[in-house]
Amino acid sequence: MPAPSPQPPLGFAGLRLACRRGERLVFAGLDFALPPGGALLLTGPNGSGKSSLLRLMAGLTRPEAGHLVWNGAPIAEDPAAHRARLHFIGHQDAVKPVLTVAETLAFWAGMRGGGDVASGLQRFRLAALAAWPCRLLSAGQRRRLALARCVASPAPLWLLDEPANGLDAEALTDLLAAIAEHRAAGGAVALSTHATLPLAGAAELSLTAFARRAA
Amino acid sequence: MSAFRRLVLRDLRLAFRQGGDAAMVVGFFVLTIVLFPFGVGPEPALLARVAAGILWVTALLAALLSLERLFQADWEDGSLEALALMPLPLEAQVLAKCLAHWLVTGLPLVLVAPLLGLLLHLDAAGYPVLVLSLLLGTPSLSLVGAIGAGLSLGARRGGVLLSLLVLPLYIPILIFGVAAVEASIGGFAARPHLLLLGAFLAGALPLAPLAAAAALRQALE
Repeated sequence: MPAPSPQPPLGFAGLRLACRRGERLVFAGLDFALPPGGALLLTGPNGSGKSSLLRLMAGLTRPEAGHLVWNGAPIAEDPAAHRARLHFIGHQDAVKPVLTVAETLAFWAGMRGGGDVASGLQRFRLAALAAWPCRLLSAGQRRRLALARCVASPAPLWLLDEPANGLDAEALTDLLAAIAEHRAAGGAVALSTHATLPLAGAAELSLTAFARRAA
Repeated sequence: MSAFRRLVLRDLRLAFRQGGDAAMVVGFFVLTIVLFPFGVGPEPALLARVAAGILWVTALLAALLSLERLFQADWEDGSLEALALMPLPLEAQVLAKCLAHWLVTGLPLVLVAPLLGLLLHLDAAGYPVLVLSLLLGTPSLSLVGAIGAGLSLGARRGGVLLSLLVLPLYIPILIFGVAAVEASIGGFAARPHLLLLGAFLAGALPLAPLAAAAALRQALE
């Protein structure tokens, strides 16, 4: 892989990252660069570390080696600022069965200091379901509600773990449109996927190249 | 609205909509206390002698019952992961969740304890101090319990582990809570015991959220 450039690029980057889960070194020597407006598609077979890398990017886990930088500054120096600039949508949707769709979105937006709940609902065609308790939602609808969090309160970095899981064709179009709008506004997105997503100008990062055998 | 208040309100709303926790805790408290006159016999003198201890031990066990769920539901549905990435520090979030937990489970215990004191023939002089000691002690139960709830996240049979972790830490609260009530019944000053309960709370308020947040980060790794 290319050596890290002396002038740190604008945006989000990882340098010589290694990740350990338990006894197992999942990947090592991984570099990535995600400029503003960019998209990074993480691919690789199950267990190749796509989710681990996203959790690393979010700051939920610390890299075994290497570091992550935002506009040249290591994120470990100011974790609070890093949390404030990212949306992380993991495998689970963080949806409570007894809260309504609108309450759920309003809560998550409010935790980030407010936002536009209506536009989040609109973007993922949830406006008609706004008053429904979430226990009535299907898996795909819950996924849409989770993704709507990204739209409801703006943040420059989206980290999406298998965002297309459970989405129907219409919702997938919504997701791609949301990502396109986000990137047009200068936002960056990193996402893991099994399906091929038509994202214009997206860089693909195959984790197979960095995979390490069990230590 | 601040993120702290929002989190407290969300937890209260969840508790009221699900309706389980508060009712279960108070139900457990009442039923267990009602069992004692059956078990040790209805003699007023005997019951009055052990009333303070029974009320406090049962309150402690009742609070413990609901602690397992403090972070469990958020952990299972991914909310905890999302919360950990919110701008509000995790320590403050733990404090918010403890506050909501106390309002839903601790406060009802404080309110029904005097009624159950009647059942156990608690001496009339003991009531004000009983309420006061529970008011000072039950928030500590939620706070210290949060450490155990965080540490036992993801463990199989987490409830049992939680009890083993937390009950030893509850001993000082129990000792001074009961001692305060007994002192007031015996005509001594309850103030030193209440002050110690207050000191415990003052210590737990900043320290327990720190420890619990560290445990949660560990669970999320």
